[in-house]
Amino acid sequence: MFNKASKGSLFPYTIWIAFFVIAPIALIVYYSMLDLNGNFTFNNYKAFFTPVYLKMTLTSFWYAFLITLFTLIIAYPTAFLLTKTKHKHLWLMLIIIPSWINLLLKTYAFIGIFGLYGPVNAFIEVFGLESKQILFTDFSFIFVSVYIFIPFMIIPIFNSLDKLNPTLVYAARDLGASSFTTFRRVIFPLTIDGVKSGIQVTFIPALSLFMITRLIAGNKVITLGTAIEQQFLVSQNWGMGSTIAVFLIIIMVVIMLLTGQKKGGRA
Amino acid sequence: MRSLVQAAIAILVVCALLFFAAHQLESRGSAGSQDTITVFNWGEYIDPDLIDQFTEETGIKVIYETFDSNEAMKTKIEQGGSAYDVAVPSEYMVEMMIEDELLLPIDHSKLPNLKNIDPYFLDLAFDPGNQYSIPYFWGTVGIVFNPTLVEDHLTFTTWEDLWDPSLQDKVFLVDGAREVMGMGLNSLGESLNSKDEALLQQATEKLISLSPNIKAIIGDEITPLMINNEATVALTWSGQAADMMWENEDLDFAVPEEGSNLWFDNFVIPKTAGNVDGAHAFINFMLDAENSAQNNDYVGYSTPNLAAMALMDPEVIEDERFYPSEELRDKLEVYENLGLEWLGKYNEYFLEFKMSLQ
Repeated sequence: MFNKASKGSLFPYTIWIAFFVIAPIALIVYYSMLDLNGNFTFNNYKAFFTPVYLKMTLTSFWYAFLITLFTLIIAYPTAFLLTKTKHKHLWLMLIIIPSWINLLLKTYAFIGIFGLYGPVNAFIEVFGLESKQILFTDFSFIFVSVYIFIPFMIIPIFNSLDKLNPTLVYAARDLGASSFTTFRRVIFPLTIDGVKSGIQVTFIPALSLFMITRLIAGNKVITLGTAIEQQFLVSQNWGMGSTIAVFLIIIMVVIMLLTGQKKGGRA
Repeated sequence: MRSLVQAAIAILVVCALLFFAAHQLESRGSAGSQDTITVFNWGEYIDPDLIDQFTEETGIKVIYETFDSNEAMKTKIEQGGSAYDVAVPSEYMVEMMIEDELLLPIDHSKLPNLKNIDPYFLDLAFDPGNQYSIPYFWGTVGIVFNPTLVEDHLTFTTWEDLWDPSLQDKVFLVDGAREVMGMGLNSLGESLNSKDEALLQQATEKLISLSPNIKAIIGDEITPLMINNEATVALTWSGQAADMMWENEDLDFAVPEEGSNLWFDNFVIPKTAGNVDGAHAFINFMLDAENSAQNNDYVGYSTPNLAAMALMDPEVIEDERFYPSEELRDKLEVYENLGLEWLGKYNEYFLEFKMSLQ
């Protein structure tokens, strides 16, 4: 398939992948087999299979799943409606713009919004309900994470919906399919690739969120990301930190395989 | 395709320009290292006016950078790269940095103002003879609370008060393994430097029994929450408590009598220093009675500088909450350098406790 010239032009990419993809992963695997004194050991892996870390993996998974699910539930209809609007690219732009703002700033803003004297509680009080601390709960954690991931989920879904040939939809309607059947049998299957890439860009980062777990969830939600941060910065146990990272990579590969496109593509 | 190439070229040009600008800025910073020093300090931990005064007096320009944890600071110094002339680690980190040979000895003859420091704070176990470090500020770990929002019988003179059922979902803790595990150990009447697996286990269990009362475990974000009356009770450092009390007069601070942590932040001169004389001049300048009093007024932590204390508002230095008597101080413990293995264990137990919060 490649002639000689195109092989030559691939060279920079090969180098790039070797240095910035393969080498770092190899280093992580190498460090994961070192103990605190730099001796070779498998104890880090043994430590990972203790209840504390297994429970952490499960909770990370559960929260990442919830975040992805809610993001998808919000993002798909949004993207769908967007493609129906007159100035769809303008609307898409407006949805994407908030993602230009630094993540940390947005997170801090939520501390104020959800606070005891913040706007949300002021709104609740209008209805005669008692104000309550929304911050530092599961709810606030999932809400903020979903808010952050929505643009990343919308973009791929919007693109695949936008590329969808409208005549296929008309044909389905002509042949007597109801709106729901058209959606289920025609639109959704044809945009599933967009949904899959949306899930990839949401689920994988959601597994290793760490700033939000502290600022919004008050460390009541502990993800693998939190543990990696702690191992590297506080305990200075690079071995254990790398071991958790290795498992994160394994989980990510599994997710990629599960959501990967079968016919070529990016999988 | 052509527009793509053009865009790529434009990006490259912008990158090159930015890189050039950054290089210019950096070389201006470090060029002629005899008339600049780089100070590496905690955030909000110096009166910025003093930096200008120092430059005015000595002609030495100060590049000021901040860090937010001892470990992050050590990592940056270890990696080299930046020529830090003065850094401000806490006592256990001084010990670790001495062990790792990251510090230069300090020449006391260049620090005439060292005489201002209270001898109580000199020649401590983590750096005998102050060969490598000079005390900057000190303080304790205790409980800041809002008496208008808690029941009257809670005075927090004992750690046990945190376990009071009326505090359900109200207690904030600082996100530090040593602080929280230390609190657990202290509440059992044990040393916060314990190296006994069974004791740590017990302390963790004790902490887990506190989890219904815990609202969150966070960092500096606790300050605005306490100030706005959004938080009621928090485990924190004395200086942070002083900041909060400055803004919100309702707040009070207590160090429980079972004992707690006593800590010191210290000037050191890292191995990376490019201007050792300038570093000494800076430390000496900060030790000056008037400067130190001014700095203390701004920062709000407790100063070890006796001569400065004489110039300060007596109300501040007589406040036993921040300047505990020697009798109480003797009950407090300084963190020992536990070594990486035990530090790791403290963190594992802390993690176990955090996991129990869900």
